[in-house]
Amino acid sequence: MPVRELDGRPVWQRRTTRRQWAIWAGWLAGVMLFVWCWKLMTGRTIWAFVWDAPRQAADIGSRMLPPRWSYIDKLLWPLWDTLNIATLGTLLGIIIAVPVAFLAARNTTPSALFLRPVALFIIVASRSINSLIWALLLVSMIGPGLLAGIIAIGLRSIGFVGKLLYEAIEEIDESQVEAVRATGASGAQVLDYGIVPQILPAFAGISVFRWDINIRESTILGLVGAGGIGLQLQASLNTLAWPQVTMILLLVLGTVLVSEWVSAKVRHAVI
Amino acid sequence: MSTAAAGRRWRRPPVLIQSRRTRWLVYGGLLIYLALAISTVEVNWLRVYEGLDRGWRFAQGFLAPDFVSRWKDISQGLAESLTMTVTSTVVGVLLAVPIGIGAARNVAPMPIYLFCRAIIALSRTFQEVIVAIFFVAMFGFGPFAGFLTLAFATIGFMAKLLAEDIEDIDEAQAEAVRATGASFPQLINYGIQPQVMPRLIGLSLYRLDINFRESAVIGIVGAGGIGATLNTAIDRYEYDSAGAILLLIILIVMAAEYSSSHVRGWVQ
Repeated sequence: MPVRELDGRPVWQRRTTRRQWAIWAGWLAGVMLFVWCWKLMTGRTIWAFVWDAPRQAADIGSRMLPPRWSYIDKLLWPLWDTLNIATLGTLLGIIIAVPVAFLAARNTTPSALFLRPVALFIIVASRSINSLIWALLLVSMIGPGLLAGIIAIGLRSIGFVGKLLYEAIEEIDESQVEAVRATGASGAQVLDYGIVPQILPAFAGISVFRWDINIRESTILGLVGAGGIGLQLQASLNTLAWPQVTMILLLVLGTVLVSEWVSAKVRHAVI
Repeated sequence: MSTAAAGRRWRRPPVLIQSRRTRWLVYGGLLIYLALAISTVEVNWLRVYEGLDRGWRFAQGFLAPDFVSRWKDISQGLAESLTMTVTSTVVGVLLAVPIGIGAARNVAPMPIYLFCRAIIALSRTFQEVIVAIFFVAMFGFGPFAGFLTLAFATIGFMAKLLAEDIEDIDEAQAEAVRATGASFPQLINYGIQPQVMPRLIGLSLYRLDINFRESAVIGIVGAGGIGATLNTAIDRYEYDSAGAILLLIILIVMAAEYSSSHVRGWVQ
């Protein structure tokens, strides 16, 4: 514990002088980085618009209320589409993610030298790119519609499910696998009886968790044309129909709350 | 296994759902839903077939990315995204710390607790993209709206996790500091901060990573950054430039993940 002499009396200090200086230098560097970034970022900002923001906010707020309740008739079908995008996309993601996870896990991969890096790259690539960007790409390729949304959600889910699943596979209890192998089981049987039962609860939890996230994400995919309730949102925003926007946001909020509740229930039951 | 099972073939017990009736109900319900869902998805297969050609061009663009011809736009977008990420994470974390302390039941009184929890709920409810739409409408196009969006989202994320962390601390240490007659700031500084600091740093780095990824998305609705550049590239069908941008995003995310795992190991 660093103690300093002050007027002949020892005074307790939290840190040594050297550490104090190091921390001070670290803060200085951090603050300088922040100021530099701030200057660079706001270089092209038009401040008049920023100062005008409270008035704009009040204006938009007054236009948004009250929500146009009757609009809900036109929203139920897009809502069904949104749910389908999320669910089918999650399914697609899971179907691809499971083999990728087995290739990426250190204890199940057939070749640590070639296949494992490939699988890890697939996982990272899928995780780094948001589903909205996937949707943007897919809409420009295969045209607007539900299919683009489903594939976008699926591609984004591969990384998430794959990463969590391969970590779960690496954490299994090897002695169970050993025991199954000792009975003379084939490779597929080892997988079926030794590994799968151990990761199944984690797998179910991960899938439902991702489904819950996908519900949120699929509500905005329509902004780039990939179907669902986002299409209505985009149309309402473009025509400045703010009461409809409020209605859509309320519906999205309700859906998200329900899906979160379902996912929490299922995860609670499984784990 | 009971003796009645003797002479019968061993059957593997069900893994997830024990009761037979619920199992059939769940699986049957899922099947019916799937049939309904798939039957309502309208797909224009001709359009998809035509799109395969473009998909192939995109794959080629991804394998042979073109960094050069749009480098000016790309570097500008990246600079906006990176600066937006740093500033929004710093501001978001700075604001999240007091809110997180206020939202921890064991240190905050009830009214402050409810107020802070309300802020967290508000910030976590909506997708970044939806928040960005509103901020762009209020503050105009450009990275400033993106900065506000990311900072707003960071507050909810960090404050919630920080509050849960503070609620989980070892109360004995806080009690010991309190027993010395420490004031509230001293209690936070000496009793709580040392216990939550490593995780707070780890979470901030994780959020930095998330903010960068999100900054690539909110550009699509006009909040500046690399997302705007990417959107333009895709709209012009310049798949080689788009491939270059996506590769850059992947590389930066990989680098951030790798270095943040090192820093986290070093902090803890």
